Formats: sequence, structure tokens, C-alpha cells
Amino acid sequence: MNGAQDMGGLHGFGPVEPEQNEPVFHADWEKRAFALTLAMGTPGGWNIDMSRFVRENRPPAEYLSMSYYQIWFAGLEALLKERALVTDDEIVVGHALHPPKPVERILSPGDVAQVLYRGGPTERETNTKARFKAGDTVRAKNINPLTHTRLPRYVRGHLGQIERVIGCHVFPDSNATGAGENPQWLYTVRFDGRELWGEGADPSVTVSVDAWEPYLEPL
Amino acid sequence: MSGHDYHDHDHSELTETQLRVRALETVLTEKGYVDPAALDLLIETYEKKVGPRNGARVVAKAWADPAFRARLFKDATPAIAELGYAGRQGEHIVALENTPQRHNMVVCTLCSCYPWPVLGLPPVWYKSAPYRSRAVADPRGVLKDFGVSLPKDTEIRVWDSTAEIRYLVIPIRPAGTDGWSEEKLAELVTRDSMIGTGLPKQPKDLK
Repeated sequence: MNGAQDMGGLHGFGPVEPEQNEPVFHADWEKRAFALTLAMGTPGGWNIDMSRFVRENRPPAEYLSMSYYQIWFAGLEALLKERALVTDDEIVVGHALHPPKPVERILSPGDVAQVLYRGGPTERETNTKARFKAGDTVRAKNINPLTHTRLPRYVRGHLGQIERVIGCHVFPDSNATGAGENPQWLYTVRFDGRELWGEGADPSVTVSVDAWEPYLEPL
Repeated sequence: MSGHDYHDHDHSELTETQLRVRALETVLTEKGYVDPAALDLLIETYEKKVGPRNGARVVAKAWADPAFRARLFKDATPAIAELGYAGRQGEHIVALENTPQRHNMVVCTLCSCYPWPVLGLPPVWYKSAPYRSRAVADPRGVLKDFGVSLPKDTEIRVWDSTAEIRYLVIPIRPAGTDGWSEEKLAELVTRDSMIGTGLPKQPKDLK
């Protein structure tokens, strides 16, 4: 979706302001929101692309007014409610009011280290051949899906070169909607800064994105 | 998205978020979906165990050990796993080599993708709108915000982490460090130098 999360090239946000000796979290609720989000991935049954979509799927003014972990927390609430794992009345009173839905398993303390160490690799076996090879010129398609996509607006319609054939990876545009992993070839595509930002742009700058094959067309 | 917003919100709004998070944790615990001890462990892991000191060890080894450096640039994920760092948000890592001619900078314009096993959780500025909007369009301006100025003809390669590949910048080894141990070299490696918004410390910066 063309939401506020797709920020590349926007103006007006001001300078980057690094914080000296920044703590990992800035408030206790951030820690809990972070940990709840990770832990609920086990019984919740959603995937990372669904998580990303519920975070970005809100009015731009709202997205921009929320802090990072406020967005995470709102996303978690949305995922829980979608699956009826939690209901609005329970959130209001702060207690369970309905019997739990059966879940396959939950994250136990003994599993934490192993679950984090395993992670969620997205590379998949394939019988298909990659359509592009390193050095090929491609155009990023002009697509504007209402659903989740990982092709940023600032490269759409622009010409780039395949820098690397990465492998076959889970396709977020499918995975986010529950339509399955639908693995696709993934490439690093590099764009000249002047191709993206115009003739006045810094000629020493190039920008790459990692783009799945359905995002690309041959020249 | 304004990373520092919660500092500006009035007290009642901050309290509302706190209460809401607490309420949800209670509901989820009562329903048996989460074990609070697992939550504590997750927090402890990213507050105390996983952070940029991991990445600094990787960089120092890449500086000191040519065979490791070769493995790192060939396929970073197994090379980094040799040091015990792997997993969530680092399932597929690529190491980027800075040279006098080429500087690499990493961003995630769409969210906050960041190589957790080697750098920990991202700082607020990395997730903020100013960085995400400008890193791809004006990387030299962003570097200036960090007090870094590179020669005009240095090539700047920006990497937007739009898939599940996570990027780790390997900065240039500072001069005057011949014969240093990996432990001492690691003290020169800053978090920002592994994102590409900073440079490593110089020997004179160590007390």
C-alpha cells in the first residue's frame, strides 16, 4: 500500500538526531510491547509480512504521529482481534472475559534462546530458473497495490541493474495476504542516484533495493 | 513516524499507552497465550546479550584474520555464525566492504529492518522518518548530521533493506593498529560504523 511507511525521498522531516548513549528501550511499556509482539508470534499464527502490513495499514497522519513501539503495539492488537484471540471488551477491562481459543503452542522460557537462534529463514528451494542475471538492466514496475508490497515508490518505473541474484525467497505480497509463501527469485537491483532523483543529483550516489522477480521487467 | 514523540505527549497519553500495554499483557497471560517469564527473557536478551559488541567482534576478526575476512565476504551468514551470532532478523546476512573509494550505508525505508544478531535492536534515529526519508536521496546530507564528511569522489552505495537480507558494513581498519589483538581492535568499532553513518574510532580516541 502507498502508506506513510514508504518514506524514501520524502522531504520535511528535518535532520537525523542521534541520541548519545541511547538505551535499548525508553520506557517499561516499550519492553513489554516488544516482548509481547515476539512471544505472540508463536501462538498467533501470523507471519512477518502480515505483521508489517497491520503496522503500515493506517491513515498516514496517524502513522506519523505514533512512536515506533506504539505502532508495534497497535499492530499486535489488530492481529489479536482479527483472530479473535482477544476482544475489545477484554482490552477495556484488562482481564480475560472469554475462554481462550485453543492454540498449538506458546513460547515457553526454555524455548526462547532456540527460537531466536533459529529465526525465520525465507530462502526456499525452487525448480524455476532465475529470469535475470547480474548485469542485466531491468525496470522496476509501476505497481500500486492496496495490499502489502516491498517495492518502494521511489524506484517504481526506474531503470536499474541487477547486482546480485540472491536466491528464491518467500514473496511478501502473497504471504501478507495469507495467499501462501509463493517463493520468487530475489535480486539486489542498483539504481543510479540521478536515475532516481534527477540530473541534479549527486553522481557519486547509487541506491539498491532487494526486489522479487514479479517487481521487475526486462528492458 | 516521530521516534521521540512519546517525550512530547502529555502525561495522560503516556499513561494511557502504559495502561493499555499492561492490560493486554494481563489478558494474554490470563488466557494462557504468554508466559511472563518468557517475556522477561526476551527483554533481557536484547537489553543485555545481543548488541553492537557482537558486530564489533565480527569486524575486528575481519580486520585481523584474512581467512575469516574471505569467508565473510563470500557468505557472511555462516561466517558470522562461527562466532555464535545467528537467527532472528539475521537469517541472511551480507557483509559490505568499505574501501577508500567506496562507502556503504544501510537503511530500511519501509520499516526498520536491521541485523539484530550482530547489532541488537535499532536505535530510534534508524527507525525515524528523517533517516528513512533522506538516506536514499541525500546520503551525504545524512552523513553530515552525523558529523561525517567524505571526499566528493568517494562512491556512496546505499542499501535499502527491502527484503529479508540484512546488511553489515565492514569499515576500513584504522591506520596505526598493526599487531593489535582482535579484542583491542573491537574497541574501535562503533555501531554507526557498521551501519555506515559513522567511521570507526582512531587509536588516539582510546584512552
